[in-house]
Amino acid sequence: MIGVIQFPGSCDERDAAAAAGRIGEARLVWHEETDLSGLDGIVVPGGFSYGDYLRAGAIARFSPAMEAVAHFAAEGRPVLGICNGFQVLCEAGLLPGALLPNEGLRFICRQVALVAEDFTGPFGTEVEAGSRLSIPIKHMSGRYFAPGEDLDRMESSGQVAFRYAPGENPNGSVRDIAGVTNEDGNVLGLMPHPEHAVDPLTGSDDGLVLFRALARAPQTAAA
Amino acid sequence: MKAKVLIRPKEGILDPQGKAVERALPALGFEGVHEVRVGRLVELETDDPGQLDALCEKLLANPLIEDFEVELER
Repeated sequence: MIGVIQFPGSCDERDAAAAAGRIGEARLVWHEETDLSGLDGIVVPGGFSYGDYLRAGAIARFSPAMEAVAHFAAEGRPVLGICNGFQVLCEAGLLPGALLPNEGLRFICRQVALVAEDFTGPFGTEVEAGSRLSIPIKHMSGRYFAPGEDLDRMESSGQVAFRYAPGENPNGSVRDIAGVTNEDGNVLGLMPHPEHAVDPLTGSDDGLVLFRALARAPQTAAA
Repeated sequence: MKAKVLIRPKEGILDPQGKAVERALPALGFEGVHEVRVGRLVELETDDPGQLDALCEKLLANPLIEDFEVELER
């Protein structure tokens, strides 16, 4: 069973649950819930949790469900953060770096091409390194940033998961980074929306692989 | 006690808001304005000023991308 966290202001939680539902079972988890037992994986979905007040994701990280998600992640179980969910996981310190307002200051909504890196963890196992994925973005604050020395360390430890394809960086993200993992690789965050790319009818089903990874991930971190 | 917290983008981090403001000024006849940076001002009242730095680091600012300055009003 995959749990999809629902904050006040989330807007993609139903699409994420529907996407996870193509692989297995999924249910919504209200942000006041703290019991995540029985769940095999967690999605922190997109939207505008708590109105994006202060900074995107800054308030949501203090919700009761997020404390439970931090424990869940610390046990080595898989967590996927999408867009606002990625921002929340960065603010919570579960992922390195931060998301800044887009370089062009515009909200961008369009299909982008991603290239998968050779990255660590259950998601990296499922996604073929070097493969190209067509997945939409829709965000205002998607400019990934981390200090240079942190980026060097992340690159060498296989924590950079996805980059925008050459020439396609839509928001000024440092080193074209679209998604990263934590050190163990069981927490993945990305700005593009895999839950909106699960059916060829709407242009692409390249996003399904991440939900498959979530459902198949081992329940403890690799030793 | 009243306090003001000034939060600004860290040096070296591109601030597109500041750039947009800077580019708009000449069109209005204001020449010679450079290095515009846009931050936030948080005003608050606290019973314990000693906790201000900690609450800035935990919530009001993201130390990875922002600097902050606390100003206490006497």
